[in-house]
Amino acid sequence: MTSLFKPRAAPTRVLPGFGLTLGFTIFYLALIVLIPLSAVFLKTFTMTWEAFWSAVTSARVMASYRLTFGASLIGALLNVVFGGIVAWVLVRYKFPGKRFIDALVDLPFALPTAVAGITLTALYSSNGWIGQYLEKAGIKVAFTPLGVVVALTFIGLPFVVRTVQPVLEDAERELEEAAASLGATPWQTFWRVILPNLVPALLTGFALAFARATGEYGSVIFIAGNMPMVSEITPLFIITKLEQYDYAGATAIAVVMLVVSFLLLLTINLLQAWTRKRAGKG
Amino acid sequence: MSAVIDIPVQPVARRAAPTNTLEPAWIKYVLVTVALLFLTLFLFVPLVAVFAEALKKGWDVYVESILDPDAISAIKLTLIAAVISVPLNLVFGVCAAWAIAKFEFRGKSILLTLIDLPFSVSPVISGLIYVLMFGTQGWIGPWLQEHDIKILFAVPGIVLATVFITFPFVARELIPLMQAQGSEEEEAGLVLGASGWQIFFRVTLPNIKWGLLYGVILCNARAMGEFGAVSVVSGHIRGETNTMPLQVEILYNEYNFTAAFAIASLLALLALVTLAIKSFIEWRLHQSGETAADEAALMPLPHAVVQPVRSTV
Repeated sequence: MTSLFKPRAAPTRVLPGFGLTLGFTIFYLALIVLIPLSAVFLKTFTMTWEAFWSAVTSARVMASYRLTFGASLIGALLNVVFGGIVAWVLVRYKFPGKRFIDALVDLPFALPTAVAGITLTALYSSNGWIGQYLEKAGIKVAFTPLGVVVALTFIGLPFVVRTVQPVLEDAERELEEAAASLGATPWQTFWRVILPNLVPALLTGFALAFARATGEYGSVIFIAGNMPMVSEITPLFIITKLEQYDYAGATAIAVVMLVVSFLLLLTINLLQAWTRKRAGKG
Repeated sequence: MSAVIDIPVQPVARRAAPTNTLEPAWIKYVLVTVALLFLTLFLFVPLVAVFAEALKKGWDVYVESILDPDAISAIKLTLIAAVISVPLNLVFGVCAAWAIAKFEFRGKSILLTLIDLPFSVSPVISGLIYVLMFGTQGWIGPWLQEHDIKILFAVPGIVLATVFITFPFVARELIPLMQAQGSEEEEAGLVLGASGWQIFFRVTLPNIKWGLLYGVILCNARAMGEFGAVSVVSGHIRGETNTMPLQVEILYNEYNFTAAFAIASLLALLALVTLAIKSFIEWRLHQSGETAADEAALMPLPHAVVQPVRSTV
């Protein structure tokens, strides 16, 4: 009974189950995630530095980094532009089918990557619905690095839309009205009032889409053509190494990818803290 | 102004915005057109294409492809993987959310980051870690071989990889939701003499049921659709260790496109059902007028992280 009358900060552990739930959480986390993940790092410690370095900097793997990160970057940038427009349209305008479209934006999250992969390949191959027209224009998408960009754009589509949407919904229209009443043109209002408010969300969406794209496998391997040095992504190269029973080589490249993912995760967390701060000020 | 054009600006909640803040009508048309073109190219056409390719050779071939024994065993294995991994991650998610949302302790933000880890790991690496543990050159691989226990290239490996991939889903939905709801109702239950389990089932569970369902359907969709991680640990034994996405790959690589798209269409249907349930939950929350915090917690996964934006405004 007394717990109700204690000061707000004190009664942190009145409810039962702290030991049980935290204990199980940490046990399960260690068993499923931490111990297996540490295997990757421990495995690389069995390699000499020279062996590790040559495994992660061979010409073929360097080409795969360039493709993976380059295509991820282009895909994420395309999503910033078009995802930003989609978010804007969904929040600010009314048009037929809007709710349906809003629900469907999450399709790339829900659709298994292998399905996305074979479908995009069928669409963009030279006799596909889209590919046949591009072929006439002299553009080859399927089985080229351009195909990788298409797949990674598809995969990253929801991220920018879903990070920008809530910020736009909460944006204070009064500020835009104030800018307009002070004589700003719509263009000025957009650049000086609306866009600065959206920058943290756009960057967060960009980073999320980029991070997802760098590790993507299923949707890419079908459309990429997987030619070494040309259209082979790093995750596929890890699998190739595994199939050759070069476990140490596969693990070394995995460590590089993991370190990049952790750095991206850190960046995303910092960006989100920034978004929160900006929203708090507004 | 908005009465004249087809695409009126959404009215501001309390009063209409003065017209001089509105961009010219042609900008609206251009933006809506660009957005629709982009979505058509990257969403609608691919979605339609899955079903068109699957039904290309008619209904009979479609049904035949799905009733193929290898396809049936792939469907079964996919269901087994989901039936094991979803409840495990559900129990974990509830435990983690209870510990994190109801109590204060040191290292909470580290724990939150660690729970998110599987999201930032490439699916291929998620499979690789189990190869390193259970493979013949792995940590406990030799011991397993001595005792004739098969984990890698067998069903247990597939289940483990699926559990890893779907690990954060339920926890990620429940933690912000339960944090936003606070502990007052549970504390009231305690004061009235309820036991811990009674508090959970009578007070907490009814409050979090939609968030829980949301996490479960997303977890399930990912569990059934996972490709990269499962591909690494499966060994691709037809009729034995092939899940539906792996069966799609095998059929596709054999140029059996219609059969590949037939199974792919089942997975696409699963995705559509998942999105429909998700929209239904969001609609329910909207109808019942629940708080912005609840709604934010129900945003699709990676964005649940953005949740504090709403609650601070």
